[in-house]
This record gives sequence, C-alpha cells and structure tokens, in this order.
Amino acid sequence: MPRKARIYVTLKPTLLDAQGRVVQQALTNIGFEGVRDVRIGKYIEMDLDDSAATEETVREMCAKLLANPVVEDYRFEVEGS
Amino acid sequence: MKFAVLRFPGSNCDQDAYFAALNVLRQPVEYVWHESTDLAGADCVIIPGGFSYGDYLRCGAVAALSPVMGAVRKFAASGGLVIGICNGFQILCESGLLPGVLLRNRGLRFICRHVHLRLENADTPFTRSGTVGEVLSIPIAHGEGNYFADESTLRELEDSGRVILRYCGPGGEVEDRYNPNGAARNIAGIVNREGNVAGMMPHPERACEPILGSEDGLVILNSILGGRA
Repeated sequence: MPRKARIYVTLKPTLLDAQGRVVQQALTNIGFEGVRDVRIGKYIEMDLDDSAATEETVREMCAKLLANPVVEDYRFEVEGS
Repeated sequence: MKFAVLRFPGSNCDQDAYFAALNVLRQPVEYVWHESTDLAGADCVIIPGGFSYGDYLRCGAVAALSPVMGAVRKFAASGGLVIGICNGFQILCESGLLPGVLLRNRGLRFICRHVHLRLENADTPFTRSGTVGEVLSIPIAHGEGNYFADESTLRELEDSGRVILRYCGPGGEVEDRYNPNGAARNIAGIVNREGNVAGMMPHPERACEPILGSEDGLVILNSILGGRA
C-alpha cells in the first residue's frame, strides 16, 4: 500500500506576498471583515512506496526541488511515520 | 566564437538568440536539446527566454535539474561563458550558478515593453564594449523578474561590482519609479563571482537590429565576442 506524503511550501514570513495581498483585498471587497493577512503557498500530495516513504527522503525532495530555500519554507508529514 | 543555444520544452526565445548569433554576430551556432550533455564545442552558452517546463513548480526549477544543466555547470566551472536571458536567468538562479531568485513582479502583471538600463560595470565579458553609466534601451517580457536575495548577498554583489545592469530612467536615474517589477536595488542583471556567468531579465537579442526599434542589445552581444563595438 502506498503511503501519502503531504508537503506544504510557504513563502518565508519576511517576504511580501503580493498575491496574498490582492486576495486579502478581494475578500474585504466582497464583505468579509477582519481579514488581516493572507499568505498563499503550495500543497503537494504524493503517494510513496514504503521504500520512499521516509522523512529523510521527503526532506531531500524538498531541499533539492520542491522548495527554494532562498524564499520558501516547507513542512511535511509522511503517513505512518 | 561558437555559440550553443539551449532548448527546453517551453523555450520560446531560442530562435531569436540563434538568429542574433548567426545573422547579427555572424558566428557559428547550434541548438542543444535539454536532454543532451554535449555542448557542441561551444565557447559561449546562451540559455534563452521562455517558459521551460511550463514554469511548473517555480520558473526555472525543473530546467535547473535537466541533464544539459549538468554539462553547463561543468562548462562554467572550467571558465566557459554562459549567459541566461529572462527564463535563462531564472534557471541560472535555480541551479545555484547565480545567487538569489526571481519572484513574481510586484504588480503581479506580465510586463512586455522597452525599459532603460544603466550599465553598472564595463569590466565583464558581457559588458566590456559598453561604458559605465551608459543607458541602454532593451525590452523586458516577464511575469517573474523581481530579483530577490538576502541583504548579505546583495551587499556582496554590490561590493564586488557584480551588478551589471539596473533599471533606470531615460537619463540613467536609478529610482524606484523606474523599477518595473520590484527588483531589489533595481537589479536587472548580475554576474557570478568569477565573472563568466551572467543573468539578465532584459532581452538583448530583441534589440539587435534597427528594425527592432533598438540596437542597444549589441552592447551585450558584442561584448561576448570580445568587446568589438
């Protein structure tokens, strides 16, 4: 049975998220009050064989390809680990 | 001087770069496919603009890990000239050959127009036929050209003269109102520490003949050839 890995890639908090700001404004425009800050990131889901479903492997995937450490942070969970 | 123009799925300025090398500079040039690890004996590699791999994940991220970029990394380490234009600049940043990253334009829009650029360092293989302070008119065409690097990297770039081009006004004024995309310190182009790898968002190959509205891109292209004006 393949196991799920769920990876969240987010823009570092110190960076301006221009996209998030536009969405925040749009939410306010359509009547949602109290929306202070919107940050937009990526959610990546994958099915992994047991051999690949380790935190070490997923961390390496993030470091090498899925996130750019200059501007992004990541966190993830691997099912059953 | 022989040129190689890299081609990724989604490259779309490859033919312009090829044309500039062959018909404007009158030099031999060959396309090199992204799966190849043979750079065709080139003296200078051009990584052209476009949307390699559809800009999936992040612009340049997938291309940076392609087989041809392994060859480019070795070529650059041995002193070969490499210039990345637009998406090529993004690929060089993602591959670690240049520092920093190109983020989404601060206005969130794709911008396609001529901009003014101030030449900041005429002592590189990519700018030597120009003069410091010279203002060039060259087009940009990108949605993600907002150069970002941390403060210490920016300071290092500045201190070592590695910023080669900055967005400016018609008289060379480096001011925020002339910054089209929000790039840190109006940076439009940089070189690596050794000076043999350059990245720039503007397209010199789109400004290399009078019919294109500007020949200012020749300052960059002729520099590569050895500084002949």
